Amino acid sequence: MRYILERLGFLLVSAWAAITINFVLPRMMPGNPALIAASRYQGQVSPRALHALKLQFGVTNKPLVVQYGQYLINLLHGHLGTSLTYYPVPVITVIDNSLPWTLGLAGMATVIAAVLGTFLGIYSAWKHNRAADSVLTTGTTFTGAIPHQWLGLLLLFGLGYGLHWFPVAHSYSPSMTPTWSLPFIENVMYHAILPALTIVVPGMGAWLLHMRNNMIQTLGEDYMVFARAKGVSSRGQMLHHAARNALLPSVTNFAMAIAFVVGGVILVEIVFSYPGVGYQLFMAVSNEDYPLMQGLFLFVSLSVLVVNFLVDLLYGWLDPRARRAGEA
Amino acid sequence: MAQTINMDAVPGGDPKKKALPSDSRYGWLKALWRNRKSRVGVIIFLVFVFIGILAPLIARYSPTSTNFGLLQPPSARHWFGTTGLGQDVWAQFVWGTRSSLIVGFGASVLSTILAVAIGMYPAYRGGRLDQTMATLTNIFMVIPGLPLMIVAAAYVHETNAFSMMLIIGLTGWAGRARVLRSQTLSMANREFVWAARLTGASNGRVLVREILPNMTSLFFASLMYGVLGAILAEAGLEFLGLGNLTGASWGSMLYWANNGGAVLNGAWWWLLPGGLAIAVFGMSLALINFGLDEVTNPRLRVVATMKPGRRRYGKLAGKGGSFDEA
Repeated sequence: MRYILERLGFLLVSAWAAITINFVLPRMMPGNPALIAASRYQGQVSPRALHALKLQFGVTNKPLVVQYGQYLINLLHGHLGTSLTYYPVPVITVIDNSLPWTLGLAGMATVIAAVLGTFLGIYSAWKHNRAADSVLTTGTTFTGAIPHQWLGLLLLFGLGYGLHWFPVAHSYSPSMTPTWSLPFIENVMYHAILPALTIVVPGMGAWLLHMRNNMIQTLGEDYMVFARAKGVSSRGQMLHHAARNALLPSVTNFAMAIAFVVGGVILVEIVFSYPGVGYQLFMAVSNEDYPLMQGLFLFVSLSVLVVNFLVDLLYGWLDPRARRAGEA
Repeated sequence: MAQTINMDAVPGGDPKKKALPSDSRYGWLKALWRNRKSRVGVIIFLVFVFIGILAPLIARYSPTSTNFGLLQPPSARHWFGTTGLGQDVWAQFVWGTRSSLIVGFGASVLSTILAVAIGMYPAYRGGRLDQTMATLTNIFMVIPGLPLMIVAAAYVHETNAFSMMLIIGLTGWAGRARVLRSQTLSMANREFVWAARLTGASNGRVLVREILPNMTSLFFASLMYGVLGAILAEAGLEFLGLGNLTGASWGSMLYWANNGGAVLNGAWWWLLPGGLAIAVFGMSLALINFGLDEVTNPRLRVVATMKPGRRRYGKLAGKGGSFDEA
């Protein structure tokens, strides 16, 4: 219980930090978003219109504390301003439409990368210092450094435009209407394959290496000798004794993995015109749509924080030692 | 550097310590060269550094000149072909190497300094300061980096190599601060640190002269990963159209390849160099780190070097073969 409260406390503190960064960042920078937006219309904005823009961006001459309070109240009511790209659609609507796509894609890719990477890590540790291990670990040094956008473009080039195996854009065929029907879900999956693959390949290496190194550590433990002595089969030794004990610390990897995946998803969505937050962020940046940009940043951050919180809870549930460490 | 080596010769230093080659403070540099993986990494790394340094001599053309035919495949005249705007891809790659390495190292040095200041110093001092900084580090660890950089870069507006370094450096320190912090914590109560403290050395001196030299390999690993992270971050920002896209960098090559229709036109030569350069350069850094890790992380050596462990493991590995057939 104490552990849960502590993690909840951290969630609240980090959420507050994200919200505050979102408030401070625009006010720290030279110029203000309203002026930048106005400059897009090349000085054809009347002072009154400029004032309206400023109000819309929440930039006023009131003291910062008052502005901050106003900002928090607006946030509580879900008022994030109006998107300039999709004028007059409110920012919150754009986020509402795009966030599920991103969470789905990122979630799927993370799970696939974790499972695949972990199994390859087990295999690699079992073959420690042999050819298979060497190839796998050296391979990850390359895959781990691949820029997501580049791999996405290559896959698009080869499997999309070249061989026509996969669709080249969007998250479902334009002819379909979104429903919870089987054909539609299949269609969505089909569209998600290339983007997901683009995220899985660079992300897998970290899981592999982590699992491998943990495994090698457990292989030296006494209980492994004991397992062998009592006649456990090699497969049993590997999966039930070594891997089980090595698996636990891998859960802590999620925090790092999620940050990496979020960065990757943004770039991948741009390559595949996938209608998630990354693509919207790209639109916002291209159109200098600051309200949308900030709203997206806030919601991406909050989603990541919540996922991290859930992973922490999972870890605490899996490993009682983590709970006790929290109480100490 | 010379001063810290002399520290080893201080009378009263443990003589046994010096007898072990891997325990000498810079022994890991030699070990790095002896390890095959890290040697390959060092060689690739140096090739890139030389390309960056020699850029004006080997580029052959200006990276921004648009005087060449459009979308020409690689030829003797244009080794890497030309872009959709008629630029020489080889020239862009060569100059891009220089600018990407500069931004990568600049940002990494900045974020490593921050990581030391926020991760190491408070960890050594302990107490409230450490608690605060550890929380700050954890917060920055979970706030996704790329979106934060995107928003920051979008507000800066006129981005150049320097502001790029600042944005990436100021946001990308958290992960490494955490690693350095935990290492410092494990070091802070060692005997040699206490010995230095008792002789009346100041906190800063103990940190810089006693603790840091014992963490050189970790410090370098942190710097290296910082470079890779910064280059990837720069490429990511540039892919969204942020940053200086008129100059050549690996990231802007990808941006133009995407927006100039390299995929639609089948111009693979335009698409390949930017991303491949990042991946291969990143691989060289990771290989160096891999070697560092095997040299310095005793946990990974347990199996490989301890005699009982090896014997134990040798049999396990033998059985591992039968696992395949099973």
